[in-house]
Amino acid sequence: MASPNDLQFQEFDEAAELLSADPGASTLSMSASNTSTTAAGGGGRGGGGEDVKLDLSEEEGEEESSELLGGQKPTGGFWTFEYYQSFFNVDTVQVLDRVKGSLMPLPGRNFIKHNLRSNPDLYGPFWICVTLVFSVAIGGNLSSFLSEKGNPSYHYRPQFHRVTIAALVIFMYAWLVPVGLWGFLTWRQGAERQIGGYSFLETVCVYGYSLFIYIPTSVLWIIPFEWLRWTLILVAMVISGSVLVLTFWPVVREDTKVMAVATVVTIVVLHTLLAVGCKMYFFQTEVHVQSVAPITPTINMTIATKAH
Amino acid sequence: MADEANRQFAGLSDVSISEDIPVEGDISVPMGSSSSNRQRGGEDEFSTLDEPVKETILRDLRAVGSKFIHVLYPKRSSVLLRDWDLWGPLLLCVTLALLLQGGAADSEDQGGPQFAEVFVIVWFGSIIITLNSKLLGGTISFFQSLCVLGYCIMPLTAAMAVCRIVLVGGSGTVSFTVRLVVVTASFGWSTFASTAFLADNQPAGRKSLVVYPVFLFYFVIGWMVLTFSPSQ
Repeated sequence: MASPNDLQFQEFDEAAELLSADPGASTLSMSASNTSTTAAGGGGRGGGGEDVKLDLSEEEGEEESSELLGGQKPTGGFWTFEYYQSFFNVDTVQVLDRVKGSLMPLPGRNFIKHNLRSNPDLYGPFWICVTLVFSVAIGGNLSSFLSEKGNPSYHYRPQFHRVTIAALVIFMYAWLVPVGLWGFLTWRQGAERQIGGYSFLETVCVYGYSLFIYIPTSVLWIIPFEWLRWTLILVAMVISGSVLVLTFWPVVREDTKVMAVATVVTIVVLHTLLAVGCKMYFFQTEVHVQSVAPITPTINMTIATKAH
Repeated sequence: MADEANRQFAGLSDVSISEDIPVEGDISVPMGSSSSNRQRGGEDEFSTLDEPVKETILRDLRAVGSKFIHVLYPKRSSVLLRDWDLWGPLLLCVTLALLLQGGAADSEDQGGPQFAEVFVIVWFGSIIITLNSKLLGGTISFFQSLCVLGYCIMPLTAAMAVCRIVLVGGSGTVSFTVRLVVVTASFGWSTFASTAFLADNQPAGRKSLVVYPVFLFYFVIGWMVLTFSPSQ
């Protein structure tokens, strides 16, 4: 079997042949308009030729050969378009696979090793966060509407400011916590062993996909039964928490007992805080409507005038 | 003149250029006013600087109108893609944002979206979806995609207008059902129309990844339209 280096060299030749045969061929998203990204893409194209050609080829062995190359290294500098394109190198099937993997955590199946396979993507985390923001805001709005349905003084309001708050909270959780965790784990590992550590992108990816369970949960939270809501939140927390714990335990286990346990506990606590906080803020059962307060003195006055 | 040139570039004298042919001249477009042609872009057979203003405005309006018709009957044509413009999306966005005003206006923060929020959602949403489809390997250009997404808001804007008219009659369950049906139909229409243009330019196996954000985008706009409640 050819060594990875030979395979890599071969692919580059093929890409160079194709490019020289038809220099006008678009290897990326070329178009008639002259955006700055395509101009920069022209510069970065030469260096990232072989990886990019791999990504866009329709061959069967594309996935295997990309794994043989040791994962998708981002090509070009961070100012080129290809750099970010390498984070979106997933197909529909792969994304659905990863979502399913986040829903069914089995002990012994590390999400990163099993599902990501050194091809972390940013599509999943980003769009799951966006969907979660809107599902939480809309679900909260619907649940407060349903709970106040019988109340005549309740005037339905869309409460659109909740979208902003939900977006802030969820995006901060999904991006800042992985940064902190990755930094902490890298620092603890020091220079000993780089093999066990996860890259930053993989950490973000795990956190993003672990939030997927909250989307159906927030939709089901519309049903106005408290016991159901607490059951759902418990189930969701167990599932997504175990995905996170199962992923990070093998890395953290190498550390001292105290630090290992402390790290895992912090992960779980932060996750719990997010879930419970979302439920408390967005799905309150008693909505304090401002119009209640003025009505009561009016009623008192009417009673007073009637009494006289 | 030719001798001077040859003396300066003596080393090149044996390359190709014969001494008889003067290497000089001026590159000019062989018609009169070249500057106005460059300003006018596409049609450069004639100068459009001298036409009446009405004609200029009508030309753009006709282009916008023809694109509206293409959204109404979405078939696989390239008009929206080839001659993209952003007038239509701007018009639709402003109309939608204006129609969403005046609802539950007495409460500052518990009400519907502000004018700026609608603008931000529509334009930043379109930009993010465009970036997403480009990052996934699509071949459509940035502004073409913005143009398509903007024009396909038209059914939802029409639904908003219908909803406001229905709300004048009352805001009971019947009006809610009517509004729900209208908004759902127009949301489906918008999504279908935009995917008819966008989905073709994606590599196979990633079409759903591109369609889903479009679905989410129009769903959120449909939600804003449906939950519009007039002030009482």
